[in-house]
Order: sequence, then C-alpha cells, then structure tokens
Amino acid sequence: MPRTLSEAESKSLLAPLGIPFAPEEVVTDPDAAVDAANRLGMPVAAKLCGDNIAHKTERGLVRLGLSNADDVAAAAADLLAAARDEDNATGVLIAPMVGGDRELIAGASTDEQFGPTVLLGVGGVLAEAVADVSVRLAPITDVDANEMIEDLQSQAILGEFRGQPAVDREALVAVLAGLSEAISAPASNGATILSVDLNPLIISDGRPVAVDALVELEEAS
Amino acid sequence: MNDSVHTPQHFAALFEPRGVVVAGASTHPGKFGFVSLHNILASGYAGKVYATNRDGASVLGIECLTSIDDLPDGDVDLMFVCTPAAANPGLLRSAAAKGVKAAFLTTAGYGEAGDEGRKAEQELVALCEELGILLVGPNGQGVVSTPARLCAQIVAPYPPAGGIGVASQSGNFVSSFLNWSCATGVGISRAVSAGNASATTVADLLDFYSHDPATTVALAYMEGIEDGRSVAQTLGRVAAEMPTVIMKGGATAGGARAAASHTGSLATDDRTFEGMCRQSGVTRAGTVEEAFEAAATFATQPSPRGNRVVVMTTAGGWGVVTADAITRHRDLALVDLPDDLRAEIDKLLPPRWSRSNPVDLAGGETRDTIPEVLGLIAAHDGVDAIIHLGLGIQSNQARMLREGGYHGPEGDDTWGIQRIVAYHERQDARFASAAAEISDATGKPILTATELAVAFPDNAGPAAVRSAGRLCYPSADRAVTALGHLVKRSRFLQRRAP
Repeated sequence: MPRTLSEAESKSLLAPLGIPFAPEEVVTDPDAAVDAANRLGMPVAAKLCGDNIAHKTERGLVRLGLSNADDVAAAAADLLAAARDEDNATGVLIAPMVGGDRELIAGASTDEQFGPTVLLGVGGVLAEAVADVSVRLAPITDVDANEMIEDLQSQAILGEFRGQPAVDREALVAVLAGLSEAISAPASNGATILSVDLNPLIISDGRPVAVDALVELEEAS
Repeated sequence: MNDSVHTPQHFAALFEPRGVVVAGASTHPGKFGFVSLHNILASGYAGKVYATNRDGASVLGIECLTSIDDLPDGDVDLMFVCTPAAANPGLLRSAAAKGVKAAFLTTAGYGEAGDEGRKAEQELVALCEELGILLVGPNGQGVVSTPARLCAQIVAPYPPAGGIGVASQSGNFVSSFLNWSCATGVGISRAVSAGNASATTVADLLDFYSHDPATTVALAYMEGIEDGRSVAQTLGRVAAEMPTVIMKGGATAGGARAAASHTGSLATDDRTFEGMCRQSGVTRAGTVEEAFEAAATFATQPSPRGNRVVVMTTAGGWGVVTADAITRHRDLALVDLPDDLRAEIDKLLPPRWSRSNPVDLAGGETRDTIPEVLGLIAAHDGVDAIIHLGLGIQSNQARMLREGGYHGPEGDDTWGIQRIVAYHERQDARFASAAAEISDATGKPILTATELAVAFPDNAGPAAVRSAGRLCYPSADRAVTALGHLVKRSRFLQRRAP
C-alpha cells in the first residue's frame, strides 16, 4: 500500500539529496512552539505535521506570518486541537517565513507508461491555469535539467524580477537532480518513492527553497 | 523488440527481397489482391514476382499458383498477404517451408475486431515466431522500398528514391508522407505501415532504419504507446544515429496517478511524451506538413552551427513577417546585420536596400546580385543560416507572358516576349541552384520559400530548387519552423557531444 510521509519526514528524506529546505522544528505544545519560533526568528509559519495530512491548506492547517509569541502559541494550540485521529499527527512544524515573489513547483512521479519522471513548473495560485511545466524521464542529466528550465514558457520570471536577482539556475538544476535521484533509486529500507511534490518552491533572493514537501512511498513487502 | 525475427536478414527479406509472392491475387482491379500485384509490377521491381489464388487465374500476365507449396524453393523472401484471416496460418507454414522470411499482412479482422480477433492475432504472432518469419501488420497498407524499386502496397503512391525512412501506425500517414515526397521531390528510402503492429512495431522499424545505409532520416507517426520506457530507449538509440521526426496522434490513456500528487496531475501524458522527445533528441512535429518538412530538411540541408538567421528577400512584406516569425521562435535569433557584411553588400546594391536584417534588396539587383549577396551573407562568420525569399516572381510573370496570347510561335518574337521569358526562367533557375551550391560550399542551411512551389510547381524557381535536391518551402513560416527543428537538433548534439 502506498503511503504518504509527514512533511517533516518527507523533508528529512529529501534533504540529503540536496533539496534545499528552510530550517524547521517539530514541537508538541504551544510553549515549545514559542521557543522554536524565537530560535528560528519570527515571523514563522506553523503547520500541523502528520503522516496522512496531504491537504493542509484546504483544511486550514497552515498558519503563516506569525510574528509574536502570543500568535505562535495560539496557532500551535489551534492546530493541535484540529488534529483528527487519522492524521497521525506528530506535532506542529514551526519554520521561518521564506520571502519571495516567485513560486515554482517541482516534483517527481511514476508515469504509468514511462515510469519515473521529473517535473518543473511555474507555481503559485495560477499553476494549474497556466500549466507551464516541463517533464523528463528520470534519471536526468544536468543538461536535461537545464533544458527543463529553458522549456518553461515563462522565462521572464526566471530573470531579474521585482528587485530580486535572477534565479540561480545551478541551484535549480541541483533540485531537479535530487528529485531524479529520489525517484530513480530505492529509498532507505528498500521502500520505493512513488512521488515527490515540492510545492511551492519559493525563489528567495534568487535561490529555490522548498517550503513544503510530500513524499509518497511504497514500502518493501 | 523480438531478437529472433528482427534480424538484419529478416529486414532484408522485407526491404530487399529476392522474390515476392502475393498471396490472394485477384482478377478484379478494384481489389487489394490485384492492386498490390499491380503496384509491385508497375514500380519496376526487378526480383521474381509470384502470385497465388484459388483458381490459378492469370493476373496482369502472372500465372497464379494455386498453392504456396508450388513456389520454387528459396526464390521468394517476402510474402504479401491479401487473404482472409482463416487462410493465413496455413499460408505462413507453407511459405516458411519455401524459405520465406518476411510476411506483410494486409488482412483485417484481427486485433482491431474484438476478442476473437485478438486471440487470432496472438496465435499469428506465435506462429510467425515459431516459423522464423518477420511479421508486419496485420491490417497494414504495405511496404515500400525504393532501393529495391518495391511498391508492395494496396494504395498509391510510389515516391522518388531518397533518404527518409517512414514508419507509421497508420497507413493514411504513410500515404501522406509519400504524397509529400512526390510533391517536393525529397525522396523516401523505406516506408511501412505497421498496421496493428502485433509483432513489428514502429519502434522496431525505426531501430532498423538507424542501421540502414539507405536511410538518413527517420520519420514516424505514432499513436498509443504501451511500453513507454522501451520505446524511449529505442528512440534515444535511433535519434543518436540519425535525425528522427515523430508526429504523435491521440493522447495515451491517462495514468492512474496518485490523486494527492499535484505535480502528477499537471504532468499529462503528452507532456511526458514531449519531455521524452526533448531528452532523446527526437524532433516532434504537430502536423503532417511540419513532420514531412522537418524530415525533408534534415535530409537535404547541412546542420547549422548556431541559431543566427539572416533573411534575404527581394520584396519587403515577406521579409518583415519572416523576421517576426524568427523573432518569436524560441530557438532562433534574427541577428543584427554585422557592419562589415553591410559594407560588403553596400558595394553591390543601390543605397535604398534595407541595410539591415531582413536583407531587402528592394529591387536593386542586377543580373548577378542575388547569388553574390547570398554568397556574402552565407560566408560571414556571424551567420548560421539563411531564409531566402522572392524566388520565382519573374518566372511567374514569364508564365503569364507565355500563356497570355501574345507569345507567338517559337521564333516569331514580335513583342520580345520569348526572349524575356527565357531570361526570367534562366535567372530563377540560376538563383535556386546558386542557393544550393552556396549552402553546400559553406555548410550552412539556406531555405528557399515561396508559395509558387504549390501554386505553380513548374515555375523555374521552385523546379530548380527541387532539381538541386532541396525542398522549396511553401511559406516562409514553414521554412522558419523547419529551420527551428534543424537548429534544435544541432544544439542537442552539441550539448551532448563527448
């Protein structure tokens, strides 16, 4: 049976492959949430973290831009209270807000006909409407990854944008290479990664940072 | 890919057979069993031709055998089958005993006709495997091989000889590509409609083409893809050997993707196919014209080093629109005309020429200007390719002069029309051959475009482009699209050069 990993587990599986994430902490009570927010630097985001929570935003399990201790504590308490049994909630994930006007999405999935694939696309609220994406069969080379970036129609958002530097293409290539590796090779303990979603991949000061991650696994039987 | 029947010897039996037998020949000229025999004879195939039918009638001067068992041993490599499905297993067994190594089946009523047909088709595949026969079809249109002057198909046309190898999941598109070949003069090496592709797939045929000395470019029409990984691997191998152009029809069945996967839902099958093409160096075309013209361009133009394009035109509007098309094209660059090139061209033209790219001669040319300017542009280091517009205008007027009622009988040139007609036609022919010669000499693509290629194919300009073995593009936009494919392929190879 395929199963999804929690955001924190997903990230810890992907970080060694070179996927860039912001620092974060998972806490289990409001006081610890405030401590974590102080360590990480406010403003922070708080999200309920658990194995089976695939649609956090839709369920209101994401609180953004928390900039003082009271807000952080209240958000943590709310989120913990909102957890359902089936969520397998492990706590509240506290992470610094990552600033950036540009959002990409990146991922890997297993195509029925073509097997493992890697995807890069323009993200944000209009992602599905503009459907500006590029796909390759995994594994990919760095040349392939560079061409995926070139394939995007919206090249303008990859250049200098609203006072921010152009997207660091090498860093983006590294993300795609990491995704390719994730979907091509068995994960630790023999499990197979069926899909990875990095959504959004925020371009912060020119560099991609994945602020969410969802990994779907098939356990070794 | 089935190693035991997809050997070079088996493909030689299909494409270069020593002899061919039509099983199920008919005396009725409307039937496939007549037409295929007719086409084999009419195309000038030099090998032995046999035919069978139940009553041993004579068809087109061939005395039909009543059984494959009556064939001489070892004379026939290819059996072309026009019989009903029920007859085929027996035919194949007899044919194998006579040394037949390849069978093309036009027979319908197999996998496309429901469960029973699918079962019969599986049995057919297993039987051919057992007999060591390369099975193509069933439900196919035929096989064409110009090196063998073989036109074993149930429809026209037979194309001129050339380097393009066609493989198609649809017979209609084989016909389309062959018709475009006839229209443009850019020839075909082999063409096969794979029909149900039960034993020999489009990918198998492309794999053969990639090793075939007669084929320099692969051109395919594909629909559904079952084993995408294996097709991707084959296409990658083929495209590493030769330019490979694919037109794909229909979306493949949607994969059962995890509903939770946002990115997965964005990655439609078509994008995956597109990505696979980009990754393996396959040229993907969206229309039949684009596919044929891309293949024809690969077959007839040198590979460009870069993407810097100059437009040369004898008329303004065409140049402007072509410049727009190049500017909009993501893989092409309309270069600023280099100063030293501008200075060189200045010496040949009156000051009213455009002095920029497009190079618009603005009617300033004298007898030799066009080949000279074309030569200067092509020789410049800052230019990788040229789109050449305006060919054939004079010859089009010449045609009107010839047909207008004032031309007069040969030798009675009261109005001087005959002399100017001859001059115009000579000039256009010269410009066309000069473009090809300059392209050959510099190793840079020069694509000539005019709708006269379609409106008046006999126009001396387009006719001379064809004689030079090149494609005369029916519009500048189509030339730009074709050039884009050429540039992309060249860049693909450069980036992956060891």
